[in-house]
Amino acid sequence: MAKITVDGKVFEVDPNNNLLQELLSHKQDLPYFCWHPSMGSVGSCRQCAVIEYANDDDQRGRQVMACMTSPREGARYSMDKAHQFRAQAIESIMTSHPHDCPVCEEGGECHLQDMTVMSGHTYRRYDGKKSTHNNQNLGPFIGHEMNRCITCYRCVRYYKDYAGGTDFSVQASHNHTYFGRFQDGSLESEFSGNLAEVCPTGVFTDKVFSKVYSRKWDLQSSPSVCAACGVGCNINPGERYGTLRRVVNRFNDEVNGYFLCDKGRFGTGYVNSAQRISVNMSRSAHDARPSEITPVDAKAKLLAMKGNAIGIGSPRASLEANYALRALVGKDNFYAGVSDVEFGLLNQVIDIYQNRPVHIASIKDIEKCDAILVLGEDVTNTAARIALALRQSVKNIGKEMAARIKLPMWQDAAIRTLAMDKKSPLYILSSHATRLDDIARQVHIGSAADSARIAFAVAHVLDSSAPAVTGLSDAEMALVNSIATDLKAAKHPLVVSGTSSLEPALLNAAANIATALGNGDQRGNLALCVPEANSLGLMLLMDGSQNSLGKAMQSGARQAIVLENDLYRRAPSATVDSFLSGLQQLAVLDHLQHRTGEAANLVLASGTFAETTGTFVNYEGRAQHFYATFKPVAAIQSSAKWLCDSEFGNEPRIHILTGGAAAILPNGYKLQKLTPGADWTFAGQRAPRQHHRYSGRTVMRAHLNVHEPKQEQDEDGLMNYSMEGVPATKDATIFNSPWAPGWNSNQSLFKFQKSAGGELKQGSHGERLFDENTGAKAWYAAVVQQAAISGFAQFPIYHLFGSEELTAQSEAIQAKATGAYVALNPADVARLGLGASDGVQVQHNGAVPYLARASITPGTVGISVGLHGLNYQNMTTAGVSLNKAANWQNPKDWRASNIIVSDAGSSSAYGRGTQG
Amino acid sequence: MINFLCKQLYIIWSQLVTLWLVFTHIFKKADTVEYPDQMPYMFPRWRGRIILSRDPDGEERCVACNLCAVACPVDCIALQKTEDENGRWYPEFFRINFSRCIMCGFCEEACPTHAIQLTPDFEMAEYVRQDMVWEKEDMLISGTGKYHDYNFYKIAGKAIGGKGKGEARNELPPIDRRSLLP
Repeated sequence: MAKITVDGKVFEVDPNNNLLQELLSHKQDLPYFCWHPSMGSVGSCRQCAVIEYANDDDQRGRQVMACMTSPREGARYSMDKAHQFRAQAIESIMTSHPHDCPVCEEGGECHLQDMTVMSGHTYRRYDGKKSTHNNQNLGPFIGHEMNRCITCYRCVRYYKDYAGGTDFSVQASHNHTYFGRFQDGSLESEFSGNLAEVCPTGVFTDKVFSKVYSRKWDLQSSPSVCAACGVGCNINPGERYGTLRRVVNRFNDEVNGYFLCDKGRFGTGYVNSAQRISVNMSRSAHDARPSEITPVDAKAKLLAMKGNAIGIGSPRASLEANYALRALVGKDNFYAGVSDVEFGLLNQVIDIYQNRPVHIASIKDIEKCDAILVLGEDVTNTAARIALALRQSVKNIGKEMAARIKLPMWQDAAIRTLAMDKKSPLYILSSHATRLDDIARQVHIGSAADSARIAFAVAHVLDSSAPAVTGLSDAEMALVNSIATDLKAAKHPLVVSGTSSLEPALLNAAANIATALGNGDQRGNLALCVPEANSLGLMLLMDGSQNSLGKAMQSGARQAIVLENDLYRRAPSATVDSFLSGLQQLAVLDHLQHRTGEAANLVLASGTFAETTGTFVNYEGRAQHFYATFKPVAAIQSSAKWLCDSEFGNEPRIHILTGGAAAILPNGYKLQKLTPGADWTFAGQRAPRQHHRYSGRTVMRAHLNVHEPKQEQDEDGLMNYSMEGVPATKDATIFNSPWAPGWNSNQSLFKFQKSAGGELKQGSHGERLFDENTGAKAWYAAVVQQAAISGFAQFPIYHLFGSEELTAQSEAIQAKATGAYVALNPADVARLGLGASDGVQVQHNGAVPYLARASITPGTVGISVGLHGLNYQNMTTAGVSLNKAANWQNPKDWRASNIIVSDAGSSSAYGRGTQG
Repeated sequence: MINFLCKQLYIIWSQLVTLWLVFTHIFKKADTVEYPDQMPYMFPRWRGRIILSRDPDGEERCVACNLCAVACPVDCIALQKTEDENGRWYPEFFRINFSRCIMCGFCEEACPTHAIQLTPDFEMAEYVRQDMVWEKEDMLISGTGKYHDYNFYKIAGKAIGGKGKGEARNELPPIDRRSLLP
């Protein structure tokens, strides 16, 4: 640590950091634009100017940019003396700014507004003509208003350098500089939504939010967790007039940091969907007409099933809801609502995490890793935020090179120039080309079983006590050796795999490699992706019980309660049909209409993540608490509350259910650390969900009744559905959204962090339920089951936009999604005699369009999962026969242009041809 | 003693003067007016009933920026932004609860487009409180109100129907991003 003096005040700073970051860490108000905690410094905006004095006698000093300066021990600086320069700099930045704050989506949370006020530029003196720019249509997610640009270069540094996008750049020169695509078109990166947060002004804005726009101060928000995949990114949803308006990133240094994927950000439209179940319905028999019933009757009917019904839990419902169901029906009657294959895989994940000496890698850990093996998981589509982290980890070679020549780590441009195109090794074993191939050292295309055999061999090379594999070709052995060499040479090697390839051997192989990489106290990093927000939470609640969905369907039960689940996505359609027809009473609790719900006698409207409070357990076993953002209409209640009987006092506060679940989970006592306690108050009050500038309180419901109702009460405690309570100040334990005096934008976050860009001062970053295993090395046998295949060998293909059940119902996601299809090698396309507009009849399933992809091995077929038109669960045999469909016409929802493939030399007309 | 007598005489004198003044008022014109048969003159900047005005082209001035709502000390303004097919912002609904309004005029001061204006009309009593909730249709007038010339979109850089990029006041035509020439 070094001591410096700034305007007479003495600060202790880290000399390895830049001066700007250190001053921000001390909560000083120093303006900046181009610096970003995740992206380092480039010194392009000239806003963070300070005066540096050579010694104590120096009265003049010299002007330096704080973000490009390493603090010197004992040095003297002044922020005040450079104030005038900063005002002038911003005055020239603003000469062409278009005078449209009132019609700008960024207004009120604009970093440019804040910095202009802070630097003291208040009156416009320039009366020359302003330069203007035409906008581009950047697709359904991001709006473009180039006139507002201040050329800080953050967007292009984020999109190209950080997120690895290829279809966005800086163009032209001087005051004509332009940031955009080569031509109009949808942004291809899966992380484009972050542009809206990265841009310090309103050039890139959230287009989905703009349609239902509200100012930041009018949004009721709460800390929440994304329900769209197993990563568990932290989000801040915002509500106004009873509908969910937008989702922005909520910082968690160990999980998502500053960035979200587009599915999480834009995929919450289903909360406001017309398909929402907003009334409770009941009917006496399957064919009777359903009639609306009151919440009280609905609950009575549901609880009447106690003792006779089995319960089917859900991987997308909260821990509390699953626990309440388990408590209602009893442990023996509680079944996991996941497909049987997934049931086995998830149990395997838990077994690996609990019993193997591996380090479960958080996203923060992943970003530190310097050699990576991705095993059969298309992370960009199944756990997108991890893909973004992997893109950072391959840059670690540059940081290593920089450290060797003593270049500070914040020197972003210098490190990039130094590294050029060198990347840390990343190997991908996959059944098809993936979106990460561009950063991979080597990609091996083969079936999941092939990948597993190669992976077992890698483990054996790394540690000869691991089981060996025979029968690999020379080319495969060469790959095995280079993977093993690179992993062994790395300081932080990482294996990424997951359940999505549906291959148990892959998980075992991944565990073997991670185990083999262990060395004394150092354990190999392992990240196993799981499909849904609470997949692991549900499986941990099973507590070793082997009650899979298949068993539930064979149990002969006459009554069933299905929690937030469409069984047709979990099992073959025929099996579900026969199960449902054998039931006398079926109760379904869910948010959206689906086939299982249509068969139910009792449908209960349950709240989504935005309307309920609960806990999710993510892919690394990290339990995270989310708070309801707003109160839904009276008929909708949280599943947890529906399922509670008198045992819990009928309407228990949520922490009672969390406590119940904690008694079952490993290290469950940690759950109570997730919140500051159910009866927490600050200065005698709860935390507000509404901003202190929240407007319209006395009029928003006045058209219905001029007499204002009592404020909504949150019986779960901690947060108010109002402005009452201690607002989002630096000391609040729970805060609705970051705000600090003078800092209205999300850049105010540093005021809440221990050091700028670091851990939050308050709040929880989740609790990891799995202990670090320090046991001896143990191995899974290198057994790969391979059934004889007739026809094409199928493998699943996932889509970030469309494969997940709920987000697929969001309008914005639908604009980027497509209907179901199969992907084939061009040779197979020719063999099947398919013309350009033909369809393929899939055995046990419907007819769908096809996509020719060169990366797919001949004889195999990629089958889309979750997209409308196919049920992957119907693929029960080891092979599938394909035929040309008769009288085929492509369905309306088939939008091949939305499928971005990265196959080299693909015969497909789609993909990267749009760059102009 | 003398002082005391002087004071008493002064008081008597003062009361006689007052009586005389009151007496002379019998012959003067009355200050009160026969409202409502006779309407008083209200000054143009009186802060009375709130209206929404239109710009000189006859389009709605309000761009739904929400600044009036946030400035309102009693939180009695609520609105929702929407936009037309050419990107012009306007309020989908605009509601004021006049039973809460304190006629402070902060909304008018906050308005960046001169859309919301307070008028000299003060006759806003209602028998039913619900009738004091006014919607946009009730407030939107067909003229420019007090500010005749201001047209926000003629100055702002955002393109709307009938005004493209570079066509606002003091703007250069859009740049050619494929050129590197100065």
